[in-house]
Amino acid sequence: MGSDGIQELTMPKWGLSMTHGKVVEWLVPEGAEVSAGTEVLEVETEKIVGCVESSAAGTLRRHVAKLGQDVPIGGLLAVIANPSVSNAEIDRFVESFSLEEASDDSVSDDPAPEFVEARGRRLRYLKLGEGGQPVVLVHGFTGSLDNWLFNHAALAQQRAVYALDLPGHGQSSKDVGDGSLEMLIGALQDWLDVLGLSRVHLVGHSLGGAVVLGMALRSPDRVRSCTLIASAALGPEIDAEYIEGVVEANRRKELKTYLARLFADPSRVTRQLADDMLKFKRLDGVRDALGKLARNFVANEKQVAVFRKELERLRSPTQVIWGENDQIIPSSHAADLPDQISVELLANCGHMVQMESAHKVNQLVLSFLEKTDERFVTT
Amino acid sequence: MARTLSFQQAINEALDQEMARDESVILMGEDIAGGQGAEGEMDAWGGVLGVTKGLHAKYGDRVMDTPISESAFIGAAIGAATSGLRPVVELMFNDFLGVCFDQIFNQAAKFRYMFGGKAETPVVIRTMIGAGFRAAAQHSQSLYSIFTHIPGLKCVVPSTPYDAKGLLIEAIRDNDPVIFFEHKKLYPLEGEVPQELYTIPFGEAEIVRDGEDVTIITLAEMVHESVKAAEAMAEDGVECEVIDLRTTSPLDQETLLDCVSATGRVVVVDEANPRCSLATDISALIAQNAFDALKAPIKMVTAPHTPVPFADNLEDLYKPNAEKIASAVREVMEYQTWEATASKN
Repeated sequence: MGSDGIQELTMPKWGLSMTHGKVVEWLVPEGAEVSAGTEVLEVETEKIVGCVESSAAGTLRRHVAKLGQDVPIGGLLAVIANPSVSNAEIDRFVESFSLEEASDDSVSDDPAPEFVEARGRRLRYLKLGEGGQPVVLVHGFTGSLDNWLFNHAALAQQRAVYALDLPGHGQSSKDVGDGSLEMLIGALQDWLDVLGLSRVHLVGHSLGGAVVLGMALRSPDRVRSCTLIASAALGPEIDAEYIEGVVEANRRKELKTYLARLFADPSRVTRQLADDMLKFKRLDGVRDALGKLARNFVANEKQVAVFRKELERLRSPTQVIWGENDQIIPSSHAADLPDQISVELLANCGHMVQMESAHKVNQLVLSFLEKTDERFVTT
Repeated sequence: MARTLSFQQAINEALDQEMARDESVILMGEDIAGGQGAEGEMDAWGGVLGVTKGLHAKYGDRVMDTPISESAFIGAAIGAATSGLRPVVELMFNDFLGVCFDQIFNQAAKFRYMFGGKAETPVVIRTMIGAGFRAAAQHSQSLYSIFTHIPGLKCVVPSTPYDAKGLLIEAIRDNDPVIFFEHKKLYPLEGEVPQELYTIPFGEAEIVRDGEDVTIITLAEMVHESVKAAEAMAEDGVECEVIDLRTTSPLDQETLLDCVSATGRVVVVDEANPRCSLATDISALIAQNAFDALKAPIKMVTAPHTPVPFADNLEDLYKPNAEKIASAVREVMEYQTWEATASKN
């Protein structure tokens, strides 16, 4: 935070490989009011386009970065201050802002992913934040811990938040055993055991939602709460062509058309995003692993595992979040759930709702976690 | 932070991991045994620039030193490949391939075709290309176009450590003869390389940089010079797309034509000599298939039609570089049709 109530808005770091971002569009003009969480500008990285949110309340006094400019992580994007602060003071602030300091900070405490061996499988995870009731983020089919690049740091401000690469995914072991959902649930439990996490909040996206739900049904005492985002296992419908296509596609162009279905706004799929998926798919063993997982996940164009009937006996507090324009798993699966499950539908979002509406999803998860923790304290 | 390796280490790791995975993979070549872990004098070697260092200690007789007789050991490797092994044979400099053309052009390249598809020749010939090493005319050529000309051979010309590892593993597992061209100036280049094994399919060009004004098509060391030129041009507001061919046979025609159709302006950059070359081949492909999309004549940036000079200053002049590429980009951007010129006058 700057002096005299002047606050800087700097380039965030989304994901492990980001080094800089390009300013695409200002969403808030100079002179307008912002509050914490207001989406101020759109930034494009090599991989994805995302929104930078205001960290403070006040007047957006200055667009410091130019449209199209490449700004390194920690570089100054904008200045927020009250109207009482003079332009001269803002000039001085911009001039004295030292990128060196800012970027050194962000580099030195850059957390790196770690690996553990859990029942013969090497699993990769990234831990951010400390303390509180820990949270574990579980990605979906063909995903990795990078799927949480807009969420992980925001959720980890007050507590430890882990993001895991499931077996067959990211940089975890490509051994998926029989490829069943039970295997994935077992692997999550093994990993929790190795890390000594006895009871956690679980957040699962898509296939990861089915893993989280399965875990909560199997071992309710290990699960403090469930957040299910565009989750599998809540109904039979799924875009089976997508699942098959994303496993089979071996060319960038072809893969890109499938990946576009993940977003309400397909322009979010950059070439780099498709290239990264190709790089992952070309690792030895990945194709087999994904094929096995896919056959256990979808058969006859329907989801194999549907836990709808079991939801009544779900003991962990649960919330469901869905993008209204989800083309992979329809948001209608969020309808008619038991009363104790809270449901949030987000407009103009597709399957990757935690990327497309990161701020709203982060707010929903944080307030749900707080509420759940309070309930545990009082009872 | 992701793991980084040099181009040279990436090749060594691909050989190491494939030898560990598949015992039919063997290495042959001049001075390729030796290196780390080997005794006495042997410690110094591992190939003329040390690419196979350490593998002899690990795999013993599966790493074989050969006499200085390219026609003999290339022929032996091709024969071994037809009878069940997967030899990766190192032929120091591609300039020496001339002495074993018959084994490559007439034997290895033709077996599958002439034996009704029943013969497979899974041999990889690794060889160094490239000028800029002060190594004169017989150790500095880039001869991939000669091999690209021959049906039955696959030609790979990587530009990054990541591609070198993935393409070499693909080459070793491929059941046809593959010539794998390594630009010696790239050996120290560092880049991200996964520890795990992975493959990159042949016939897929890489789009190294996005841009909507000009498409620069290139390969090997010139990929990096082209990116430098593109970064310089971006400061003047011209955005260049840079395409790395990665393999010249098979050639990713689809990506080339898609990209050219979008930008309409092409610069082909190739450090080889200009006649009957990759640059002319790609220019012809575009002229035949994407003529309607072109807003300016295709521009080639290549070496001149001369041997690689030995004098430092002449060798520097001989090779294409970022400045020459940038000036070609400026030319295609400034080009005006004769109608436009006429209407101005």
